[in-house]
Amino acid sequence: MPTLTAPTTTEPFLAHLGRVPAGPAWLTEIRQRGLARYRQLGLPTIRDEEWRYTRIDAIARGSFEPAPAKPASIAGGAKALDPHDLGLTGPRLVFVNGRFSPELSRIGQLPKGVAVGGLGAAIAVNHSIVREHLGQYLDISHDAFGALNLAFLEDGGFVHVPADVKLDQPVHLLYVSTPGSKAGVCHPHNLVVIEAGAKATVVEDYLSLGEDTNFSNAVTELVVGDEADVEHYLIERESERSLNVSTLRIQQGKSSKFASHSVLMGGQLVRNNVHPVLAGQGAWSLLNGLYLVTGQAHVDNHMRVEHVAAHCDSRQFYRGILSDQASSIFSGRIKVHRGAQKTDAKQNSSNLLLSDDAQANTKPQLEIYADDVKCTHGATVGQLDPEGMFYLQSRGIDAVTARGLLIRAFAGESLDRMGHEALRAELEKRFLERLPLGDA
Amino acid sequence: MSLLEIRNLHAKVEGREILRGLDLTINPGEVHSIMGPNGSGKSTLAGVLTGREAYEVTDGQILFQGQDIGDLSPDERAVAGIFLAFQYPVEIPGVSTTQFLKAAVNAHRKARGQKDIDAVEFLKLVRDKMKMLQMKDDLLKRAVNEGFSGGEKKRHEIFQMALLEPKLAVLDETDSGLDIDALRIVSEGVNALRDGKRSFLVITHYQRLLNYIVPDFVHVLVNGRIVKSGPKDLALELEAKGYGWLEQEIGEPIASA
Repeated sequence: MPTLTAPTTTEPFLAHLGRVPAGPAWLTEIRQRGLARYRQLGLPTIRDEEWRYTRIDAIARGSFEPAPAKPASIAGGAKALDPHDLGLTGPRLVFVNGRFSPELSRIGQLPKGVAVGGLGAAIAVNHSIVREHLGQYLDISHDAFGALNLAFLEDGGFVHVPADVKLDQPVHLLYVSTPGSKAGVCHPHNLVVIEAGAKATVVEDYLSLGEDTNFSNAVTELVVGDEADVEHYLIERESERSLNVSTLRIQQGKSSKFASHSVLMGGQLVRNNVHPVLAGQGAWSLLNGLYLVTGQAHVDNHMRVEHVAAHCDSRQFYRGILSDQASSIFSGRIKVHRGAQKTDAKQNSSNLLLSDDAQANTKPQLEIYADDVKCTHGATVGQLDPEGMFYLQSRGIDAVTARGLLIRAFAGESLDRMGHEALRAELEKRFLERLPLGDA
Repeated sequence: MSLLEIRNLHAKVEGREILRGLDLTINPGEVHSIMGPNGSGKSTLAGVLTGREAYEVTDGQILFQGQDIGDLSPDERAVAGIFLAFQYPVEIPGVSTTQFLKAAVNAHRKARGQKDIDAVEFLKLVRDKMKMLQMKDDLLKRAVNEGFSGGEKKRHEIFQMALLEPKLAVLDETDSGLDIDALRIVSEGVNALRDGKRSFLVITHYQRLLNYIVPDFVHVLVNGRIVKSGPKDLALELEAKGYGWLEQEIGEPIASA
């Protein structure tokens, strides 16, 4: 519940974020709506049910500086990004501290009618798709970060695929934060509209150059038209000081197919909101997640699956690997609206704890207002099987390799659900590289 | 030099003393069988030999090729040449049998200073050994022991033994849960590996297995010590008379699990 008097952090925090930008009237309306809501809500605390397991002190007490309006150049230019390349050869939009950088980006050849570019530029030309969809889906009624994102909305990725067009290559939205004297803050907003019968893959990717603290407060609004087929990847691979709050809001049409894959392997404090609304009959939604939390980092996966139409299926599968003093929360809320009969919703959260001090929490929440539905949830928390370890070692396999085999097997279940084979292989490699395997 | 020499071995499991002064010497090429009632310490001996963590050695020594292996980890003992065929092979979901076997073979090669096996050579090696144990190829694609029948699991153990070519193979109740056909296949696999140099320690509850794998020596383990040793005929005597008659001979009651 929103507090009646907003917490004392509300205005001081706002002061770090700079001025709400000016723009066309239709956009000013959206920004003011966000600002007003933020002022009502204030920053969340652990007294808010939706934030019970996640302290945001690192954000609330942080000292930030809004990113400059022009994208900073990065030392070494595009070459500096090469070591982080995921092998994707399609369109790549690069954002430096939240600002679109045409110099670092490549669009390439696109099928007729497809638009891929910076949202700022699309706003500047009053793009009709942007005006129709921007800010229309994100629910900020109880979401201070979403509200702030709207208030400071200026740039991000814009992807529009018209009806029946199949976009083969994934669109890569690469968000790079650069080292600076003060911690940067940005509010990227991506708008992805995939029309009826179209097909596309979008990769939203957060990367830090350097070890500085940065705060990304991102929102993606993703429209999946009737019978469209869309895959979205969220990759969090920022520095261990980074703060990242992102919200993916998906609006699904009739018989549409959508898959979200979250691969979280960086950051100090990561909140991953995924909120699909299955608004058309026969829609199918997969929320697949894999996260690795080390040191004292905290990852909060916050799912909110809304079944509005009948005959829809949703699947949530999240797997976490935690070491050191790391902690996580998976909260999976399924809301089945009245009339959403024949809903089939499943949820499973599994965690592997590699140390005694790591902590994984799971909170399923079912809210059901229809009577003919199937909803199940399950959760497991365990350690590496000592019997399995002994079996492997008894064959000569050293402890480090054995641990690697078992952890990889655990992660494999998530990785195997990812549709883009080359990207999956690349993500697997990078994920496994980060595993803390310890000494032999 | 003997291959294995166990001197006055005492070991605890969960604070309870299970092995209480066990002595055993195995020379290269010999097949020894350990028999004994439930709870006598048979599986503990297998665990202690292979370095299982839950087993605490409180006294005595295990020398393998003259070297005290007390401080070696399970993988170090394995590459030194000790192999355990598990009584209950462990299922490892998500790890393919191919991946597992390759890791095991390469670990042994690494210990010998050889580089990783190449894919073609590996496949040939695996196919040859599989044929010997009448195993199906599709097993390679499945997760380690997952969904294997009891017989498949035991054959898989002997197959791994054939692949890794240990100096000492410890068979922990390999006959349990096997029907007569599977028992025959497994025993033939073991016998094929008897080359006059490799040694075996066959732990069993029943004499039946020893009809197929004929030992050079039979030892009776009771209350954590070897109380009687003899030629293979001792197994028949135990089969006929049970273990009870030994109580008088050793002058103490036989503890059971």
